[in-house]
Amino acid sequence: MSLDLSPRLADPDALYAALIAAHQGLDEAASRRLDAQLVLLLANHIGAQDVVFQAIAIARDLAAAQEGATA
Amino acid sequence: MKPDTTLPVLIAGGGLVGLTLALDLARRGVRAVVLDQAASVAEGSRAICFAKRTLEIFARLGLGARMLEKGITWNQGRVFFQAREIYGFNLLAEDGHECPAFVNLQQYHVEAWLVDACLAAGVDIRRRYRVVGVENGADVRVSVAGPEGTYTLRAAWLIACDGARSFVRESLGLDFLGQVFRDRFLIADVKMQADFPTERWFWFDPPFHRHQSVLLHKQPDDVWRIDFQLGWEADPEVERAPERVCARIRAMLGEDVDFSLEWVSVYTFRCRRLHRFVHGRTIFAGDAAHQLSPFGARGGNSGVQDADNLGWKLAAVLAGAPVRLLDSYDAERVAAADENILHATRSTDFITPKSPAARAYRDAVLSLAERFPFARPLVNSGRLSRPAVLADSPLNDPEADDWPGAPPLGSVAIDAPVGEDDWLLRHLGDGFTLLVFGPPFPLDAPAVRCLFIAAEPVPGRADVLHDRTGLAARRYGAPIGGCVLLRPDQHVLSRFVRYDAARVASAMARVVASIGVMA
Repeated sequence: MSLDLSPRLADPDALYAALIAAHQGLDEAASRRLDAQLVLLLANHIGAQDVVFQAIAIARDLAAAQEGATA
Repeated sequence: MKPDTTLPVLIAGGGLVGLTLALDLARRGVRAVVLDQAASVAEGSRAICFAKRTLEIFARLGLGARMLEKGITWNQGRVFFQAREIYGFNLLAEDGHECPAFVNLQQYHVEAWLVDACLAAGVDIRRRYRVVGVENGADVRVSVAGPEGTYTLRAAWLIACDGARSFVRESLGLDFLGQVFRDRFLIADVKMQADFPTERWFWFDPPFHRHQSVLLHKQPDDVWRIDFQLGWEADPEVERAPERVCARIRAMLGEDVDFSLEWVSVYTFRCRRLHRFVHGRTIFAGDAAHQLSPFGARGGNSGVQDADNLGWKLAAVLAGAPVRLLDSYDAERVAAADENILHATRSTDFITPKSPAARAYRDAVLSLAERFPFARPLVNSGRLSRPAVLADSPLNDPEADDWPGAPPLGSVAIDAPVGEDDWLLRHLGDGFTLLVFGPPFPLDAPAVRCLFIAAEPVPGRADVLHDRTGLAARRYGAPIGGCVLLRPDQHVLSRFVRYDAARVASAMARVVASIGVMA
């Protein structure tokens, strides 16, 4: 299965706001844990590991490129 | 032993692996000389978890009943995170196997039984001898130093079972490649009368040992294994001090628990191996060939499987089979070591997170696992050691037939109950075996020992096993008349939808060239 990269969210602003709100009042470590829990919950919901691996690869490439650009 | 005679096999190291190999060889008529530095079997329980496959190998070697009787069988595990138990699990394997998933048993008990069995089989064990020089040529010349001075032994084959700090490996100048984990662990074996259940308890970040992990496990004779993660900064000398160890144990068990220390050790994790295990006439096995983290019980168990894999091949080569048979030991056990290293590395990465992100994921898994069963399989406090599937073995028969539910080539023979209080694996013996599923019929020119697995009993026929539950036929998925050819180490070599003497002979000839070598 291939990672679906088309826009699929009905209310993107609400989703973004919910993510930011979830982190409010948390310290760095708790924020990281929250993100990790989200990733694990969603990965399990998706189930198809090859899809998750594609998402990991894209995110990793972007993060590495951004690090290179700011270094 | 006159210095001018050539020994068939010289084994450096009389620990778990060297003794297992010596016993296996003795049963095949090869009397090895075993050298060991120590005056007696090792102190300290060291390896304590003997996995199902190891128990099956020891059963073949005649030590199975003792191990099952003395060993502690457990199935229940519990995982704690900080102050709470987050879940319990049951490892109970499916019914219908003689051996449990594993037993807990001190390594010194097993070594003592191996020594007795080796001596009874005529193995020459020379204690307080160490290897001081190795010349690895057309044969091997080994200088040894011991109570009767220094002398040279010549051997057709030298098997290095001399442990993680192998002198043989060092003297051949071979690199030991892999990873050292920046962490230290304290093992304390504690003798006490405690009413903890016979379970494996694993704590992540408990209140009595903050930011580290702790493991509690039961052994026979009221001995408990406690494993404290210490971190990289810990000083091994300071941590080994009995008063320091006792303070940690009291913090864990309470001030009023009465106990005595049996054994204390501080270690670091290493996951590394030799590039190749076969170097001319010198062959490496066990920790001398590969070193693993202890979580998952892969050190001792993989070493015993090395010995199980090597014994019959070495005996066959000494009896005239082509030397290249030993290349399959290298291919098969290097692949198995890599699989073990992969699992051990993953467990270690979970137990010892190496970055803030890794710690966040670890703690996220543990928090989720308390409430949601989906996250429990992600918790990795050591994965159960399973027998290697030699899927890419050069020995596997490319002409093998297949059927739905067939055991994969290179997988280990599956046990099943047969007859009354009897088990399929007990009947396999030390040589090649052909399992023939269905009622017995006259076999044309059998080149190998054949066992029929039949749904109906046939009194008076030792070669017919009564599959009274139907589990054997089901586990092998075999059609009536289907055959599974097993190697002497009980791994699947080939499969045939119907008996064909010529095809069986040719599958075996690929392995040993001449069938007479190992019938």
